[in-house]
Amino acid sequence: MRFLQRRLPFRAAADERRLTCAARLGTHPHGGEVKLKLKWISLILALSAVIMLSACKKKVAPPPPPPPPPPAAPTASLTANPNAIDKGQSSTLNWETSNATDVSIDGVGAVRPTGSQSVTPPESTTYTLTAKGPGGTQQATARVTVNAPPPPPTASSATEEELFSQNVKDIYFDYDKSDVRGDQQSSLQSDVAFLRQHPNIGVTVEGHCDERGSTEYNLALGDSRASAVRNALVQGGVAGDHVKTISYGKERPFCTESNEQCWQQNRRGHFVYQK
Amino acid sequence: MIRPIIFAVILASLFSSAFAQDWIRTGTGLGVEKVRIAVPDFKAATQDPKNTDLLRVFNDTLFSDLENAGIFDVVSKSFYPLGPIGTPADVKFEGWSGPPANAAMLAFGNLGVTGSNMTVQGWLYDVKNVASPQVLGKQYGDAPTADAARLTAHKFADEIIFRLGGGIQGIAESTIVFVSSRTGKKEIWEMDYDGNNQHQVTHLGSISLSPRFSPDGSRIAFSSLTKSGWDILMYSLELDRMVAFPRFGGTNVSPAWAPDGTKIAFSSSRSGDPEIYVAEAAGTNLKRITSFKGPDVSPTWNRKTGAQIAWVSGRSGLPQIYMSEADGTNAQRFTEEGYAVSPSWSPNGQFLTFSWIRHYGPGAPGAQDIYLMDIASKQWVQLTHDGGRNDSPCWSPDGRHIVFQSNRSGTEQIWTMLADGTAQKPVTASGRNSQPNWSWK
Repeated sequence: MRFLQRRLPFRAAADERRLTCAARLGTHPHGGEVKLKLKWISLILALSAVIMLSACKKKVAPPPPPPPPPPAAPTASLTANPNAIDKGQSSTLNWETSNATDVSIDGVGAVRPTGSQSVTPPESTTYTLTAKGPGGTQQATARVTVNAPPPPPTASSATEEELFSQNVKDIYFDYDKSDVRGDQQSSLQSDVAFLRQHPNIGVTVEGHCDERGSTEYNLALGDSRASAVRNALVQGGVAGDHVKTISYGKERPFCTESNEQCWQQNRRGHFVYQK
Repeated sequence: MIRPIIFAVILASLFSSAFAQDWIRTGTGLGVEKVRIAVPDFKAATQDPKNTDLLRVFNDTLFSDLENAGIFDVVSKSFYPLGPIGTPADVKFEGWSGPPANAAMLAFGNLGVTGSNMTVQGWLYDVKNVASPQVLGKQYGDAPTADAARLTAHKFADEIIFRLGGGIQGIAESTIVFVSSRTGKKEIWEMDYDGNNQHQVTHLGSISLSPRFSPDGSRIAFSSLTKSGWDILMYSLELDRMVAFPRFGGTNVSPAWAPDGTKIAFSSSRSGDPEIYVAEAAGTNLKRITSFKGPDVSPTWNRKTGAQIAWVSGRSGLPQIYMSEADGTNAQRFTEEGYAVSPSWSPNGQFLTFSWIRHYGPGAPGAQDIYLMDIASKQWVQLTHDGGRNDSPCWSPDGRHIVFQSNRSGTEQIWTMLADGTAQKPVTASGRNSQPNWSWK
């Protein structure tokens, strides 16, 4: 729209100029009043008409020369049947072209001018047929929608992640301590059990601290906490190369109030699911 | 309880005449009778319209530099004799040396813009020595900009401080790097020592912490959260960009430069436990100097000798300050109680300043304050008393000042004070600012 709006004033100006030229021609001051000088006047009239016409000539589109007969433009059509499938099923593409020398379908390759082919797209796909000929290029498209199957493979990892967040419990620490305290052992045991049952899951243990103490000491303390959790997991039989650690010190608190309840929330080894 | 009381007495004498000689010799000059100095506004030397603004910047900067120096008793301007003073011919000695000004020293001069040049002439007069008063006469030329006027004032102030402060270089031209989250991310920032000219150094968009100037001022080492974890990173102030430094794996934080600039100590958990390592300045030849379970972090070198390192260790429970030779031998616990972190070694090698919750535990006030401790005697003095959490102290290059962070105003800001705990004032106000580190000169 913006493009059109910008172009419109130009076109209006051109029209105005054309009108002005026509008006000048129609109201020539010497319009045949003095017959004696008829010849003279008609010469002037003719001359000014030529001048006016030549001035206006550019605004009047010349009649186009008769075009040479063009080569016939190609035609193309493409359909998919059915156009909605479940994952793993196939659909049939049917196409017809004319006046084309070179026909191809994206994702399929070069094909004959008219034909059909079965496709099994893994996800919803728009097929584009391109027909090229001496008369130009024509495209046609058909979309095959792939409905997600009820238990798709991607959903199994989402479920795994859900299971992870339901079963894996963070480990909480005492102030300035990085050893796993007694009341956290049951959480730790269930973490070990879950991670051993799901050996394909990777995990990052984040070490967090409360806001008290120095930034630098808390980064080191958070590192010790993350390592303590990792070591306990590995001792419990979790593969060490599946457990990474990172310290956040007091940089990313879960809770920002200055009281013990909040501080306890922040003194933890936090488990983060890794695919 | 006895020791603090005894030490309070010792301290009182430390900052007064009894130990004055000691303080002069050890380099702070604090506690000595202060030189009474008058600093009348410099006078315009030309008719240029730029003079007014530049003079305002110059006069404000010079006055506050001399007030901040800690060795002067700057005479109130209301005691000054009337009449502008711009050249030696304008000086009327009795008006300055007599009451009510009673000045011993007079710093005066003029500033004038001519075309694209600003010329500043400054003198320092001993007004009680009428026969031969001139202590200092300096002339400076620079572009007629506010920044240049401020820098020229800093230079002249440092000349005066150098002459009258026992031959110790002033800090008026020094800068401070710090961590600021005012952009939303913790980045490294730099500012003049007085809080002017604050500007962002890093643009990493992560969490950058613990900036440390190299002794020659060409680089800043700091730690930052990268894709591989916490790494020591290096920023070149000469090239104005990041330069390479090795990645060691694990959590690498709290870099500290040796005073000769050839080595860097830092904490790394590359072996599984946070320990102190020492590497060449380029990151090569890494050597572990601690090996004890529990966090070891925040090293600081003896800034005079480079032969010892102090650091924070949690090996015995709550973090305490430990000391050892620079190769890690002869490690000894230095603080005996509470929660002690963030040590910074004084330029003269004699003191540590650190952050201490001295009586940690139930029923204790639990205030976190800045302390100064004499290393030989382990006698200490508490420098902050005004509430909030006070942390990350760092010495100024002249050993007379300490910069630190405090949240006493409601948000974490950078503050400076004299090393005796007086003249505490904030130098940042925007966003949250922490972990200041003062340049070495």
